[in-house]
Amino acid sequence: MGKRIGLEVSLSAAEAVKMANVDCIAAYPITPQTHIVEHLSELVNNGELDAEFIPVESEHSAMSVSAGVSAVGARAFTCTSSQGLSLMNEIVHIVASMRLPVVMILANRSMSAPISIWNDHTDVMSIRDCGWIQVFANNGQEVFDHVLFGYKVAEDKDVMLPLIINIDGFILTHVIEPVEFWDQDQVEKYLPNFEPIQRLHPDKPVTMGGVGMPYIFSEAKVAQDEPLKQSKSVIKSAWKELGDIVGRYYSPIETYRSEDAETLFITQGSYGETVSLVVDELRNEGKSVGLIMDRLWRPFPFEEFREAVGRAKNLIVIDRSISYGGQGGPLAIDLRSVLYKEKNQPNITNFICGLAGRDVTINDFKNMYQRAMEKVKKHTREEDFEYYGIRGK
Amino acid sequence: MTKTRQDLAWQELELGATLITPGNSDEYKTGDWRSMRPVVDNKKCIKCGTCYIFCPDAAIYETEEGFFEANLFYCKGCGICANECPTHAIEMVEEEE
Repeated sequence: MGKRIGLEVSLSAAEAVKMANVDCIAAYPITPQTHIVEHLSELVNNGELDAEFIPVESEHSAMSVSAGVSAVGARAFTCTSSQGLSLMNEIVHIVASMRLPVVMILANRSMSAPISIWNDHTDVMSIRDCGWIQVFANNGQEVFDHVLFGYKVAEDKDVMLPLIINIDGFILTHVIEPVEFWDQDQVEKYLPNFEPIQRLHPDKPVTMGGVGMPYIFSEAKVAQDEPLKQSKSVIKSAWKELGDIVGRYYSPIETYRSEDAETLFITQGSYGETVSLVVDELRNEGKSVGLIMDRLWRPFPFEEFREAVGRAKNLIVIDRSISYGGQGGPLAIDLRSVLYKEKNQPNITNFICGLAGRDVTINDFKNMYQRAMEKVKKHTREEDFEYYGIRGK
Repeated sequence: MTKTRQDLAWQELELGATLITPGNSDEYKTGDWRSMRPVVDNKKCIKCGTCYIFCPDAAIYETEEGFFEANLFYCKGCGICANECPTHAIEMVEEEE
């Protein structure tokens, strides 16, 4: 078993990237991603990691370099946030379409304007439909484990898709947490070398990302979406294998005191840990409350959600992103679709909160619970969602 | 002959719709973009080859008799040959439906 040490989550993430023995890191610094990339540059510079570190001139180049590196059959890592993700957007889509298993850590930060360096999920939701596998991490340990898991899944012959690990900016990236490191032989047992199915090589020339005329484009998109949907079985077995090696078992969604609960909170990312404390407090007050934490975002875990929601009467969905002019946050919109035509149709109250790092405390979640119960009692269809804690109501 | 790309089901595509056979743009019939086609009047043609040189798609070839004709599988009907011909031997004619 590896040693357990206290370390900033960004640094332990970089150490996990080192243990994954990546061949190339191409990145451009942006808060709050910076410490991850800085530490990787140190590891390369002092000889601890034998990889190319390419300090590119922009995020567009960071993802372009990662695409090229992956296309020749090397293991590529990159990392960004917010505006950086926007700048690389074009290539983010192309990497997925070309089936290049790049792994990226996205230190979640809000999209401008107004300019904010702080945390919410508006960046990742802007590329929700880009075709990458997307997971959320709850804590530093999950970040570490999911770097290794990321390459294991992305490079699987049945998957061959890029993967994003979402970690909350500052709330996770800049916090010192105890993280249990893997031994290098555990990593080598878990993560085989990357063996590409095809690659750019002069001995056997191929054209990647060529023109797709209307007669082939739709087929190409189905050929991309089907393996993403089917990757869930590879994802689950990669989690199982991870658990067998290091003793931590992950699943597409994680539940906490949810089995008999009338009301379920649903969260993504680091809020899960706060809400689990809220659940304990509300349970102590005699309230029937539980929690579902969404870890796997794409492919969306439809069956797991239907099963976990079960006979619950009320859902309180916490979103940290806005679909402007839409019916609420992205998570709530998906959950309403998941439960459409189900026998049990729970009340869904959607709160959008914690934008740009505004603190959401245990008391705030308790207030949301109260507010949701009031809405349910009225039996009226109110707004599809509510911005929590906004002045000037 | 194997299936053309037009006939492939999604399961039959290469990973990422990659092209694994070099030079297959030969198979792409750009001729169906054409709305007008060049018709050469060999009585006016002086066999100078100007059309052959100017054709941006290299779709014009020399016949055994030394005249020049467009390969209509590739010719997009741009009309540059007709514009450049010093003896006005090439006329652009509407394609019929």
